[in-house]
Amino acid sequence: MDIASETLLHLYRTMLEIRIFEQRVAREFRTGEIPGFVHMYVGEEAVAVGVCAHLDDDDYVTSTHRGHGHCIAKGCDLDRMMAEIYGRQDGLCKGRGGSMHIADFSRGMLGANAIVGGGIALATGAGLAASVRGSRQVAVAFFGDGAANQGVLHESLNLAAIWKLPVIYVCENNGFAESTPASYSTSVVDVASRAPGYGIPGVVADGADVLGVYTAARTAVDRARAGEGPTLLEVKTYRFMGHFEGDPERYRDDEERTALRDRDAIAALQAHLISAGHATADVLAVVREEIEAAVSAAVEFARASPFPDPADLEQFVYPEQPAREEVA
Amino acid sequence: MAVTAERTLSMVNAVGEAMRQAMEADPSVIVMGEDVAGGAGRGGAKENSMGGSFGATKSLYPLFGANRVRDTPISEAGFVGAGVGAAAAGLRPVIDAMWADFTGLAFDQIYNQAGKMSYMFGGQVRLPLTIRVAMGCGLSAAAQHSGTLYSIYTHLPGIKVVVPSTPYDAKGLLLESIFDDSPVMFFEHLKLYVSQGPVPAAPYRIPLGVAEIRRPGSDVTVVAIAAMVARALEAADVLAAKGVDVEVIDPRTLSPLDEETIIGSVEKTGALVVVDESPPHCSVASEIAAVVSEKAFDFLNAPVRRVTAPHAPVPFTPSLENVYAPSVQAIIDAVHSTA
Repeated sequence: MDIASETLLHLYRTMLEIRIFEQRVAREFRTGEIPGFVHMYVGEEAVAVGVCAHLDDDDYVTSTHRGHGHCIAKGCDLDRMMAEIYGRQDGLCKGRGGSMHIADFSRGMLGANAIVGGGIALATGAGLAASVRGSRQVAVAFFGDGAANQGVLHESLNLAAIWKLPVIYVCENNGFAESTPASYSTSVVDVASRAPGYGIPGVVADGADVLGVYTAARTAVDRARAGEGPTLLEVKTYRFMGHFEGDPERYRDDEERTALRDRDAIAALQAHLISAGHATADVLAVVREEIEAAVSAAVEFARASPFPDPADLEQFVYPEQPAREEVA
Repeated sequence: MAVTAERTLSMVNAVGEAMRQAMEADPSVIVMGEDVAGGAGRGGAKENSMGGSFGATKSLYPLFGANRVRDTPISEAGFVGAGVGAAAAGLRPVIDAMWADFTGLAFDQIYNQAGKMSYMFGGQVRLPLTIRVAMGCGLSAAAQHSGTLYSIYTHLPGIKVVVPSTPYDAKGLLLESIFDDSPVMFFEHLKLYVSQGPVPAAPYRIPLGVAEIRRPGSDVTVVAIAAMVARALEAADVLAAKGVDVEVIDPRTLSPLDEETIIGSVEKTGALVVVDESPPHCSVASEIAAVVSEKAFDFLNAPVRRVTAPHAPVPFTPSLENVYAPSVQAIIDAVHSTA
């Protein structure tokens, strides 16, 4: 696929945004200022970015506990994301959700989800809404290899297949469900090989190659928009950091980590951009500086935002109901 | 309030009419579930051969077609979850989950997803989802087709719970539920499906959280839920003959609960009996008893009494099932014990 320079630079910038944002969150987490716990997406950036590059604001995604990357790729505001991670009133969810529940409905981001597999049926339903309305919207469910063995995935794949829903199921196979290897927990080598069981295409892409992910996602999104139904896209990836910040990672060894970190999608794209003449090293250095400044500004924004008022503890339990209107 | 209307309808048809009128009023309302039409894809008379397990959705498929009236696979987590996602993406799905006992298969979708999205996303999302289920004992449907479960859902923040006892209320409360922006669990008692009552033909809505005093009285307050309302009224008639004037309250919705009406009644009568065909532990009956004990203790002349099912699943055989739900006599005895 011939991909325009502008698109390549967008992919690069967005991946780097995620990388720098995540590294900064990890650093700030260690100061103790961020409540709870955080799951970093470092190493997996090509998945979210390669897929979301094909989506518009009114397309939908559902995400996972490791959701910051999906939010950034879907266009969420860094300031308000960071404020949410800090538990502040100016966060996207006004501090009620935190790292594992960032959502931005104005961007079609229907929420990070801390139940493994929890977003899969929701994306199926968002696809159903698009299908009922006859719109050209699509929905993407991001989930990990751990969710590949949840029953709701199988129910959702079947439902989307029989109704030809515009949904792309993206399995981010990073090799580990927390500490349990996919090679142990999953009956097949490729999760995508289960797709024929539902009569839908199953595709495997390499998460170290964002252009490969981008190309595979293009086909899946086009298929969905054309009303031809869902695709199961599996991306083989690797998380460079622990399951959560502070994970001692005794289930991995240094040799494995080094080998897989050397297959870094951001470094690979950077080399390609320069060697193919899409950008100079100087231009890319400026991009990095801009992102670092934006992420620093996001941290400052978050710190300056107040914590929610304890008096508002019970706000939002139920959606605010508009004035009653008479039926018919 | 005594309802007068030119027309009587069964509860199952009242429920069907509410769905039809909601679908006519708003193209974002869809209905889905197992066999809501039946015979999907077979064409001709085979299609819509079911209209729901109990016939509630029978009138919908011919009017609205397969795009808005969707038969689902037997796949509760999948289609309830899809309903939640569709609601988050702007539809107003009405899901027929067939039996209350089947909602266990979709519990994560209801409890962790639908029930928490508004809160954990800081009020960004409307979740206009209605899940209809049949419930209740009396048909020898046995342990996995008879449970009530409304106590479990009443426990959950973010979920509303509706338990109509008349065809009139079923229609008005279902229309209200469908147009409510919160997830609503709508419980339809099987024994009441065939019950007839006056139901106006035009659409109307009954607000959630407003109890109905079915029988005014001055001596003892009896709060009864769904099919227990009729038994409480029967008990009240017997007691009236003995000079005990019972006030019967039908809460109609359990979440929100109209505490004000219940407490107001207890302040007048000084005694409370709660009648609930669910097992008693951590139940709605216990909740109502606790609310009254906390907020109207000084008015009580006797301990609050709960008349409930035993702490047991619903049995199959009639000899056991017949004594499972509270009897009229048990209600009468409980009322006497408060005197």
